[in-house]
Amino acid sequence: MDRQAIHDTVKTYILEQFLPGEDPNELTDDTPLMTTGILDSLATLKLVTYLEEKFDIAVEAHEADSENLNTLELITDLVARKKK
Amino acid sequence: MSPTLQRYLESSVASHGARTAVREADGTSITYAELGILSDRLRDRLVALGVKPGDRVGIYLRKSIDTVASIFGVLKTGAAYVPVDPSAPPVRNAYILANCAVKVAITERVFEPALRHQLAGEKFDPPLIVMAASGGGNGLRAALDEMDSAVSAVRTETVYTAAEDLAYILYTSGSTGKPKGVMLTQRNATSFVDWCSEIFSPVPGDVFSSHAPFHFDLSILDIYTPLKHGATLALIPEDVGKEPQKLAKLVHDAGITMWYSTPSILSLLVQYGKLEELDLSHIRVVNFAGEVFPIVHLKALHAILPAPRYFNLYGPTETNVCTFYELPRQIPTERTDPFPIGKVCAHLEGIVVDEDGNEVTRGEKGELCIRGESVTPGYWNLPEQTANAYLARDSRYYRTGDIVTEAEDGNYTYAGRRDRMVKKRGYRVELGEIESCLYRHPDVREAAVIALPDEALGMKVRAHLATRDGGRISLIQLKAFCSQHLPVYMVPDVFTFHAELPKTSTEKTDYQTLMKME
Repeated sequence: MDRQAIHDTVKTYILEQFLPGEDPNELTDDTPLMTTGILDSLATLKLVTYLEEKFDIAVEAHEADSENLNTLELITDLVARKKK
Repeated sequence: MSPTLQRYLESSVASHGARTAVREADGTSITYAELGILSDRLRDRLVALGVKPGDRVGIYLRKSIDTVASIFGVLKTGAAYVPVDPSAPPVRNAYILANCAVKVAITERVFEPALRHQLAGEKFDPPLIVMAASGGGNGLRAALDEMDSAVSAVRTETVYTAAEDLAYILYTSGSTGKPKGVMLTQRNATSFVDWCSEIFSPVPGDVFSSHAPFHFDLSILDIYTPLKHGATLALIPEDVGKEPQKLAKLVHDAGITMWYSTPSILSLLVQYGKLEELDLSHIRVVNFAGEVFPIVHLKALHAILPAPRYFNLYGPTETNVCTFYELPRQIPTERTDPFPIGKVCAHLEGIVVDEDGNEVTRGEKGELCIRGESVTPGYWNLPEQTANAYLARDSRYYRTGDIVTEAEDGNYTYAGRRDRMVKKRGYRVELGEIESCLYRHPDVREAAVIALPDEALGMKVRAHLATRDGGRISLIQLKAFCSQHLPVYMVPDVFTFHAELPKTSTEKTDYQTLMKME
């Protein structure tokens, strides 16, 4: 799966799960997600569980933080790194 | 000689000087003797900066050994400390520091630029003690070294304040749109800590968790109970505290014996922490407070960890813990009701009153009112709100705002609120404060915020909005806007847009109708 496909899959999931009704153009690659509360602690856990199942990867506990998950770009990076 | 928080530390320094007082998540620690010296040095520096008994000193730091040393440094001057939430927006923290006119604020470089900018907006310019970064006590030590190399601070004596002097001010959500400062005296604090000593019988070998942030009243039990008894305080940083697997590992590695947190955190731990894979037999007490513990998660936790004693502690910041209930050793599988909040603590007295302030007969619903040694003298610089906080016919009784019933066995059961305050993840949230924030958004014409029970979150905050042009506002923009003014836990979970909000016959927002909307 290439980077763009990962990106689009994650973006669709975040929009559907955490931003129902939002204009997809508003969710850019660098929209902060954790520091704005769009992803609260429970939403972050849900997202990580989804990433693990969807992409068949393991996200370590210490990786589930804003350094890896605060933006769509960072999340895509994390998944792409793990898929290699 | 009345007990004071600073005396607890002095006494443990004398009896347990070589023992570990505080430990950080990475294992860095400080002994009682070292903590005594570091806090003495800060005391001297604060006095040199003009801090006097009765003043306030702000603490704007990430949780660390430096923070604990700073708290005691402030107390030793006879001043009160004012801890602010390092994860809250700087504009809110600057408001708090200006509101209680701190004489000095202690912070670290990462917060300094935004804090200075916002303080300028408040036209308030206290001296700042800025450490490069808090951690291990080294940030504070280095900052003091640097100031000493310019001009050394004169050695002073620790001030043992009177029981009625302020020890700290904890700011909570305020219904008028600004946070309000709950004033707590030395007696308020020590009467509660002494009660903790009675109930939990701490010993020097105990390791207490510090999960709650220091601006939260759970921190009072966390910090002072172990330090009074020569035990160890294990600090849990803000980020680890929200990540169940990391947190579970830390509880294990730190050998925590006394746990205290909100039920939200325990619910996350039991669902996602993989607790069953760890040997946690060192835990002897599990305390929870701040909100109702959903029984399904409590049962699951009890099944994995059956050995500890479990306590449901209840009380607002204004009284700290005022009732408590120890869970039975076995939880019946058929139980679906939450456990009671229990009986009034020995240092306090409680009554249940109706809307006119008259005591109800046992079994009837009414508002729980508390009097006694741990009850706040009121809110900082808010005489009207202070007056309204107590029972009109007997102003010693603080009105908790919580509706309870008293059972035959004397245990109280929580039944709800009489006002618009809710608890989310254990935090007090005034829905009015969120509305005030939303009204600051240029596109918002009307805003009404309600709270709804939610299985996963406990409580879900929903904002109903009508915009100026009748359209929607981007959720991302709204959440980003709110997070600039409010702590993240106060940002609404759901936004719903209306052409206009429903009104009652007197043209007020019809909250009843909003509550029923899908």
